[in-house]
Amino acid sequence: MLQSEIAISVQGLKKSYKNIPVLTGVDFEVKTGSVFALLGSNGAGKTTIVKILSTLLKQDSGNVMVNGFDVSSKPGNVRQSISLTGQFAAVDEILTGRENLIMIAKLRHLENPRRVAEELLNRFGLTDAADRKASTYSGGMRRRLDIAMSLIGRPPLIFLDEPTTGLDPEARIEVWKIVKELAGSGTTVFLTTQYLEEAEQLADKIAILHEGRIIVSGTLAELKKLFPPAKVEYIEKQPTLEEIFLAIIGKKMEN
Amino acid sequence: METIKNYYFMDMGVMLGRSMRHIFRSLDTIITVTIMPIAMMLLFVYVLGGAIQTGTDKYVNYLLPGILLIAVANSIGYVSYRLFLDKQRGIFERFNSMPIARSAALWGHVLTSLVSNAISLVVIILVALIMGFRSPAGVLSWLAVAGIIALFTLALTWIAAIAGLSAKSVDGAGVIAYPVHFLPLISSAFVPTASMPGPVRAFAENQPVTPIVEAIRALLLNQPVGNEIWVALAWCVGIMLVACFLASRVYKKQG
Repeated sequence: MLQSEIAISVQGLKKSYKNIPVLTGVDFEVKTGSVFALLGSNGAGKTTIVKILSTLLKQDSGNVMVNGFDVSSKPGNVRQSISLTGQFAAVDEILTGRENLIMIAKLRHLENPRRVAEELLNRFGLTDAADRKASTYSGGMRRRLDIAMSLIGRPPLIFLDEPTTGLDPEARIEVWKIVKELAGSGTTVFLTTQYLEEAEQLADKIAILHEGRIIVSGTLAELKKLFPPAKVEYIEKQPTLEEIFLAIIGKKMEN
Repeated sequence: METIKNYYFMDMGVMLGRSMRHIFRSLDTIITVTIMPIAMMLLFVYVLGGAIQTGTDKYVNYLLPGILLIAVANSIGYVSYRLFLDKQRGIFERFNSMPIARSAALWGHVLTSLVSNAISLVVIILVALIMGFRSPAGVLSWLAVAGIIALFTLALTWIAAIAGLSAKSVDGAGVIAYPVHFLPLISSAFVPTASMPGPVRAFAENQPVTPIVEAIRALLLNQPVGNEIWVALAWCVGIMLVACFLASRVYKKQG
């Protein structure tokens, strides 16, 4: 594979906090333009990997390349080419949605910060709330603003660390839609999640992090092959509460 | 990396604009850093002042330097608070994963402290003028006063930065404000130290605020500044350097 086709390459990544090993030899590759989901339970080290990839944290050992740049020797170049949406929506609550976007556009040194903000407010359905403080936003709106802030400057690689944790089902589906659109436009998306369904919905490739290592990785089809073939069973399928909830509010969603 | 350097001051300007908005939108902050010191000045001049013997013709002339330092000390808790929130809410992570110099976010807060204090001190001095404060000091003396207060502000700001960055909770971040509040009270800010009992007097005369107050007072009243100014400068610069070094170390350590 050509170097430019690999957005992220991680080899032998190790990291301990004090004496507690968190990552004990992680290897994976993410193809440019794909959606890669890192699955793992709470405390598995997903956020640690994201922090190392986004230059916030230094690894103990191992080779980590992001967009062709080594994260430890060329962190500046890495930062030019990525955007991080952290686990907790990192929006400035005292500023309005518009001011948040303008601030990031200014920090990315773009030509016309106001226009950039206007476009993103439109795209993310935040125009009506644009001039309200972000502290008045709902969880879903806050997350949309958060992701919108990350898209400023069109970075080719975006990290989404548990983007739907704590969101209601409606907001979760909105985030999924955004991620699908991003993938459609050629942006590489690195996603961490604890929801299997989320990985199934969004990811081209899935890796499962467990006890400091990637224990399996592959496409959904490949992962399914690892398990015994599906058995045919006849059961009455009850709708889940989530399906009921979404069916009832479905009309609102379509609008 | 070249571009990061070129934009350093622009980025810091964006950070400054952001924090200044925080201050102007927080009634609480404005009350504590401007209204409270003015209220104290009114209280001391019009209620207690008649009974205080300072050897100056007008008590407000004696009192103003101490009130200025109290205003600065009052603002310090908010520096910790704002830094803590940025750390806790992932705002620093967002900034630090962007192509911005790492120190810009921290220095933005420090600059904000300087600018906001300058504004509130000007307001307080204007009120003092209305109350009858008069100074024979020339431009150079005023510049020297501004310089000393700026150094004092920086010293306290960096102490607050250590507290804000290393705090585990919002309450913890604010705690630093209390001991700092007390220093001006146990100094020659309100009454000459000669009126205090032995041990208190010994503390008051050997803690940093007294020489700073004395130096500012001498400059404003056009009296010889003597050694006080050098002791004051030594305290300010010494505290500032140590605190700045420690705060930067804490900041660097954090992801």
